[in-house]
Amino acid sequence: MRVALFLTCVNDTLYPDTGRAVVKLLTRLGVEVDFPMAQTCCGQAHYNTGYRHQAEPLARHFSDVFGSDAYDAIVTPSGSCGAMVRELYPRMGERARAEGRGDGLARTLAPVVPKTYELTEFLVDVLGVTDVGAYYPHKVTYHPTCHGLRSLGLGERPTRLLRAVKGLELVELPGAEECCGFGGTFAVKNSDVSAAMGTDKVRHAESTGADVLCAADNSCLMHISGTAARLRTAVRPVHIAEILASTEEEPLS
Amino acid sequence: MSGGTFVGMPAFPEAAHEAVGNTTLRANLRHATHTIRDKRARAVAELDDWAELRAAGRRVKDHTLRHLDRYLVQLEESVVRAGGTVHWAADADEANRIVTDLVKATGESEVVKVKSMATQEIGLNEALEAEGIHAYETDLAELIVQLGRDRPSHILVPAIHRNRGEIRDIFAKEMAGWGRPAPEGLTDTPAELAEAARLHLREKFLRAKVGISGANFMVAETGTLVVVESEGNGRMCLTLPETLISVVGIEKLVPTWRDLEVFLQTLPRSSTAERMNPYTSMWTGTTDSDTADGPSTFHLVLLDNGRTDTLADEVGRQALRCIRCSACLNVCPVYERAGGHAYGSVYPGPIGAILSPQLRGTQSEIDASLPYASSLCGACYEVCPVAIDIPEVLVHLRERVVQGGEATRHGTKVMLKPAKGHAAERAAMRAAGLVFARPGALRAGQRLASRTRRLHPRTLPGPGRAWSATRELPKVPAEPFRDWWQRTQGARSKGKGNDA
Repeated sequence: MRVALFLTCVNDTLYPDTGRAVVKLLTRLGVEVDFPMAQTCCGQAHYNTGYRHQAEPLARHFSDVFGSDAYDAIVTPSGSCGAMVRELYPRMGERARAEGRGDGLARTLAPVVPKTYELTEFLVDVLGVTDVGAYYPHKVTYHPTCHGLRSLGLGERPTRLLRAVKGLELVELPGAEECCGFGGTFAVKNSDVSAAMGTDKVRHAESTGADVLCAADNSCLMHISGTAARLRTAVRPVHIAEILASTEEEPLS
Repeated sequence: MSGGTFVGMPAFPEAAHEAVGNTTLRANLRHATHTIRDKRARAVAELDDWAELRAAGRRVKDHTLRHLDRYLVQLEESVVRAGGTVHWAADADEANRIVTDLVKATGESEVVKVKSMATQEIGLNEALEAEGIHAYETDLAELIVQLGRDRPSHILVPAIHRNRGEIRDIFAKEMAGWGRPAPEGLTDTPAELAEAARLHLREKFLRAKVGISGANFMVAETGTLVVVESEGNGRMCLTLPETLISVVGIEKLVPTWRDLEVFLQTLPRSSTAERMNPYTSMWTGTTDSDTADGPSTFHLVLLDNGRTDTLADEVGRQALRCIRCSACLNVCPVYERAGGHAYGSVYPGPIGAILSPQLRGTQSEIDASLPYASSLCGACYEVCPVAIDIPEVLVHLRERVVQGGEATRHGTKVMLKPAKGHAAERAAMRAAGLVFARPGALRAGQRLASRTRRLHPRTLPGPGRAWSATRELPKVPAEPFRDWWQRTQGARSKGKGNDA
């Protein structure tokens, strides 16, 4: 199986460790991974802030880069960028049609939509594995990010994967399904409310006694991590891909 | 808080700032919303066919809205046949004028009111007061808001921001000015507070000759109006006065009596987490016998006030499905921290964030900021009993705010200009778009960021300041992923644009 890694611009620029972890993990599971170098951004920040027309060229670019038949799947370690492609690209196509611009955009975007998977979805649904042979001797709590939870419906997939990790103790996060307060530009536009939500998320994580807070989206983790650092808490935010990539031979540092 | 109006409200972030810092308010809101959201989840889980009910509610409302013109005419005919009079109000001023004239024609200077969102939306109490007519709110929470010269902050529980101690103080201080004073030595136990309200309100009920109500539903085929409530005060307003004036938004219509079977299940479970609300009052026209309960004169004021304009918007019109259950408020993490007043409207929370900018337009500062009062977490959509995709409408309205575009105002298609204050953001989005359109440019930017990483400031200027004031900035890594990939695996890569 050959997959294209859609790393997302945030991971590429700020969290390359997550990308390296995905490559390591998928390669270990026998998947051939390619990183199409021309990839940039899915356009979510533009779309969600109200710049739908500026998001359209980015969606077209995404389709150009990832639409190749050479890939069996497009895999991304981000619930929200995955939801952008799967949920909002079809909507962009529909809107273009409703505005009398024909179905060109819908046709362009159609090939990439069903092939795009968030990482844990790909592991459980496509590869059919829940035990990925990982080792991570820590007490971990899991935050299901909003787009992963509600747009993609990841459900139990991430926690099933985590439960199968050797040495890992999974503890439940109070108020897990509540938003951490990131919300893209929301974090800047409504900073007070965003910070209050982030603080509550960090306090909840702290209350579990876990040393690691894990999620499937680095954007949310960036906000949580920044809040945790300011609150000087001991809980360390880590992307789920890095936990799943960690082994006894090569543990996550 | 002054009066009951929301004119000149600051934008949402400024309005929310105060609430976020008010620990009493946050504790009140947190306690109330978490209690009700947990109860709602249990009440909904009891029904095996909740998903079907939700779909049915959506279908009935969509069908009604599609044929609203036809059903409204049918409703008018049914109400007239039952002895009522129907008035059409295009906007708040017209509705207020109609109601004021109707009350004046009775020769009365006092009216009792059952809690009504529509009359708050149009500022009816203030309009009546200007004409020397005193309107007495009879819903317990509305009474608290009125006596406290406050504004409602929740659709279902308008005084949700108040705790028992605050309510006791309001009753003790203010009741005497409005009628029967609060009993001496009133404590803050719920039973004593309720008894004080009961005694105070009973005098009003027995004296009033005119009642004013809204309605949760109107049935086109029979001309029946429906009010769903918990306290029974509404039923007193609906049955004791000689004249009843109901002011109802045109979207509250359902075609047939049978359609109520859906909403009388979904509304109470979504709003109060009850299987059935304690009082469901239905009335049709006037009563023609001296011994029967109910008014001998009945007026229905059908209120548009931006609803037809909203209906013209293909994405935004779904907001008109709303049955005002307030489930979206109770589950919203933003509402929980910001409180209802920050939304600058009688409709707070997620539904208010999409309804107000459509009913009122996006010109004012508060209305232009409301579509951004959400992290788009989607919890509101998940709980909505009529499946309003609130995040979808929020993003749609954001587009209207930043880019302008076509909208309908007062029945006419207009081209809206982008709202002020978004020029820098627009430029930033365009610049980002240009970078992302060229992988080479992105890579150059990443390398520059990596090379200068030791020089990066700990705080950001401009809008970014809001981030670094409360959160640490992420550290830029020494090497972006794509450089690592090319250095270590580049030869393997067959993907497009690998020379970028």
